Amino acid sequence: MSRWEGLQDLMRNWSAAAGMAIIAAILVVALAGPLLTPHDPLVPAPLDRLQGPSSAHPFGTDSLGRDILSRVIGGARISILIGVISVTISLLPGTLLGLLAGYFGRWIDSLIMRCMDMLLAFPAILLAIFITAVLEPNLTNTMIAVGIVYIPHYARIVRASVLSLKQQLFVQAVGHLGGSHTRILWRHVLPNCIPPIIVYATLGMGTAVLQAAALGFLGLGAQPPSPEWGAMLSEGRQYIQIAPHVAAFPGAAILLLVLGFNLFGDGLRDVLDPSLRSQ
Amino acid sequence: MRKFIILLAVTVCLAPLAVLAAGPSQGGTLIWGRGGDSVSLDLAQATDGESIKAGVQMLENLVIFEKDSMNVVPQLAESWTVSDDGLTWTFKLRKGVRFHDGEPFNAKAVYDSFARVIDPNHPFHSYGKWVYLSLSLGPVKQIKVVDDYTVALVTEKPYAPLLNNLALWLCPILSPKAMAEYKDQIGQHPVGTGPFKFSKWVKDDRIIMECNPDYWGDKAKVDQIILKSIPESSARLMALQSGAVDIADDLDPDSIRLVEANDQLTVIKQPSVNVGYLAINTDKPWLKDARVRQAIAHAIDKETLIASIFQGMAIPAKNPFPPSIWSYNDGIKPYAYDPAKAKKLFEDAGFDFSRELELWAMPVSRAYMPEPVKTAELIQAYLAAAGVKSKIVRMDWGTYLKKTSNGEHDLCMLGWLGGNADPDNFLYGLLSADTAKTPGAANVALWKNAEFTDLCLQAQRTFDKTERTKLYLKAQEIFHQEQPWVPLAHSTIVRCYNKRLHDVPLRPNGLNSFQMVSKDK
Amino acid sequence: MPLGYIAKRLLQLVAILFGVSVVVFLMLRMIPGDPAQLLLGEFANPEELARLRTQLGLDRSLPLQYGIYLQNLLQGDLGNSIRTNTPVAAEIWGRLLATLELSLAAMFISTLVGVGAGVVSAVRPHSAWDYGAMFFALVGVSMPIFWLGLMLIYLFAVKYPVLPMMGRLPMGLEVPAVTGLVMVDALLAGQPVALWEAGRHLLLPALTLATIPMAVVARITRSAMLEVLNKDYVRTARAKGLSEAAVILRHALRNAFLPVVTVLGLNLGLLLGGAVLTETIFSWPGLGRYVVDSLMGRDYAAVQGCILVFAAMMAVINLAVDLIYVLLDPRIRVNE
Repeated sequence: MSRWEGLQDLMRNWSAAAGMAIIAAILVVALAGPLLTPHDPLVPAPLDRLQGPSSAHPFGTDSLGRDILSRVIGGARISILIGVISVTISLLPGTLLGLLAGYFGRWIDSLIMRCMDMLLAFPAILLAIFITAVLEPNLTNTMIAVGIVYIPHYARIVRASVLSLKQQLFVQAVGHLGGSHTRILWRHVLPNCIPPIIVYATLGMGTAVLQAAALGFLGLGAQPPSPEWGAMLSEGRQYIQIAPHVAAFPGAAILLLVLGFNLFGDGLRDVLDPSLRSQ
Repeated sequence: MRKFIILLAVTVCLAPLAVLAAGPSQGGTLIWGRGGDSVSLDLAQATDGESIKAGVQMLENLVIFEKDSMNVVPQLAESWTVSDDGLTWTFKLRKGVRFHDGEPFNAKAVYDSFARVIDPNHPFHSYGKWVYLSLSLGPVKQIKVVDDYTVALVTEKPYAPLLNNLALWLCPILSPKAMAEYKDQIGQHPVGTGPFKFSKWVKDDRIIMECNPDYWGDKAKVDQIILKSIPESSARLMALQSGAVDIADDLDPDSIRLVEANDQLTVIKQPSVNVGYLAINTDKPWLKDARVRQAIAHAIDKETLIASIFQGMAIPAKNPFPPSIWSYNDGIKPYAYDPAKAKKLFEDAGFDFSRELELWAMPVSRAYMPEPVKTAELIQAYLAAAGVKSKIVRMDWGTYLKKTSNGEHDLCMLGWLGGNADPDNFLYGLLSADTAKTPGAANVALWKNAEFTDLCLQAQRTFDKTERTKLYLKAQEIFHQEQPWVPLAHSTIVRCYNKRLHDVPLRPNGLNSFQMVSKDK
Repeated sequence: MPLGYIAKRLLQLVAILFGVSVVVFLMLRMIPGDPAQLLLGEFANPEELARLRTQLGLDRSLPLQYGIYLQNLLQGDLGNSIRTNTPVAAEIWGRLLATLELSLAAMFISTLVGVGAGVVSAVRPHSAWDYGAMFFALVGVSMPIFWLGLMLIYLFAVKYPVLPMMGRLPMGLEVPAVTGLVMVDALLAGQPVALWEAGRHLLLPALTLATIPMAVVARITRSAMLEVLNKDYVRTARAKGLSEAAVILRHALRNAFLPVVTVLGLNLGLLLGGAVLTETIFSWPGLGRYVVDSLMGRDYAAVQGCILVFAAMMAVINLAVDLIYVLLDPRIRVNE
């Protein structure tokens, strides 16, 4: 299957196409953010606080009188960044650990996977809360925490692929021809693990955005006056009775972005790796 | 026949109501919604408002602050005398008082309740953590049981405020039998002499106490109080609006607006004896110049801050303590909100505008600072308007207190509640050179002004109030000129409740007995 | 049932719990913030702080602190809470039951709706129902539940006040606690009003917590069913002239259950995590909120106890899932 055909397949898959459209739209908003925002997302106007949606402020204003539309737009960039960076943080060590565990087996496998089990013994959000508390709460540390939490997931997936590859003849054949471990891992094992990793990473971005927003909601994520969606939502909670719009819009934005990643990830899975479909 | 029975049943059920409707309303259950659970109901160990709020309904002290004043009056003690050398305080105890468990109140009970705090050899000493000794029995060296109803407290040196300390929540008298029985769990089962007695505690949910039918004084008017923990402010508001609770504590300023607009509900307000301030770390070279600090004061629009974030429930501050405390210097002209002037002052002082100031925001809200993070965001914007960059820094409360008292911040927000309503509490305690020593500085501006400190020390030695007032007026002028803090606001304390309650107390020191509160049927 | 296998797994469980206890202990001490300072607040002086630190045992060395902790732990003592001075085990137990009630309700909703929607989708693939259900399932797995909870509160408690927004029972209503699960207790006490009220209080939080698992279960049921429906034995059953309902329920669903059980098991982990957020929003007095509050209060013993309970529950669930696997499908051998 050539690359081009793959892309065509992807476009024909409605789920992938819809997901891509959502992500692309949010990406454009994120990149063009400062040009689009009708107001400065950070400058308060305390006397205009908690106004409902109007033509001047389509999403209304928050408790400091800032324009919520502008803040939601400003937050798009942060959320996409969170998705990409935290997935990278879990992906790289996760893949490496999975490769090592699966390829070398024996005590290396046991050691690595038992450590992973220990991380998995915590509910994800709790572990993330813990790590942010240790590192002190801010945006960077949120990404690190969410990244660390999902390392075991990548390790497990990669290990499973490696184990099934090892059964296949060509790796054994290469081994007999005298290739070094590094070379075998890099040239033969890793490339075959890539499809499931890509699928999982795409879905993982959605999860990462959700988790980071949850941390923001609990006050452990991005710090004020940053327009991070979870933090905005957390502020809106206080005004659910008098100004529900403060919570409504940032939450809807989170849902849309995560939905985009999940649609795209589902589509990718169908195209790249039909065998994974049932998982 | 059946009809008759129903009629009879209805009559029987309604009869008590008719009786009640005729006479003054008595009884009923008062449901009190609040933000969090209590920690320990043994108030000698309590450090948090939620514990004190519940504990003072059940426990009593030897003496108590009089309602609506700061005068100390008898409670479980009937009278007291001080020896000529000022060292021995002798208390005559009230007779015929019994604890909720039926044990008699006497000198032994006072001895056990106090000795467990200060005497490491007392059998109950290891059952608790005796904190805030400086506010309670710290100065007491010895407790003597003179006879069954006479107790003497001996201090190391003459210590006039002892009576005030004994009136605070930290010096309750508990049943010795209960203290021996419950050991370190006495805080979960308080047994005192108060108008209410402890009934049940469901953690994180509710505390139930019942009217004490054998109370020695006027019996409580409601049968039962349920203190219900409702962590979310919006949920507390809704519970109050729906009538599910009678009182809702610690509502945010926006919710209080809604309560005021509701004709079933009412709000009572009291000026508090507090201040919320922005301390400027005078140890940092870039904040050393008084003009920089004056510039910060000029940059902040306190009026708008109070109108928006405080929803008008505060008055702007210009001095370190509120006008309700004597010797308040009303002649001081506050720094007007003027970004242009602020910018000019920064320039005159040679301030480096490329520097990003760290603006530390409290992670918890307090009566003196109900919305600390939003306040910080607003101050950040005001500084930006004067050309100064700042970064909001947040951390957990414990670390915040530790690091600010180490002087690690540039600007930090804090506040103070002046329990004994003495200017010394604010001026010497929070601003003198003596309290600016790190670590553990209470003067988080680390402001070491010799003249100001001298005035405070001089005032401590002066007994004539007019003379002291003069000294404090002068000290406030120096403070104003030097501006180690930008005093922001003196907040109003409020109580929101349903109009079916009567005689609901609200005292600035937070010690509110609900003995006299009644509820309509 | 291979007892040796179970014994081996239990041993592993103990090892993991031990590891978790060390990790949590160390992490907690790495978190900046002094419990003594937190307890005493802004009005304390340095001597009072130092004294409290000594009383709390915070001035001892870390290995010593851990040693004491472990020694107590082995005797079944989780220690006392720094904040309330009560035994942590007692504090955890009541809250665990509250969380359990919420989780069971959510589990019930998500299984019922999720399996139902998945089966119908699989039976009528590519129908409007199928697309609709799967779209909702996709929205469900993408849902920020803390937002959903708030919006439900706004809709059903503020805008149209038909449901309560917090707590487990109306104030003033009491049910004698037997099991600690309020609905069960109301049943046992024969109090229909309390049962009704408890159900009303449970509905919004349970729905919030159920959203993600429900969506996951629907998706997995659909794909597992689709796979099974193409198998020979199902075709045979159909050919034998069995009714469609019998084919689906007796033959297909039973065999599709394996992956569903796995997902259900893993979902309990999801539920425990979701409980942290749901309990916060709905003021539900459960373990999720307690552990976050304890962490913020630097209540070391309480956090350690909660995490151990969480980890033990996750591990036991995983073990149970594996065992059910074996029971449902004897062909699966237990050595991996």
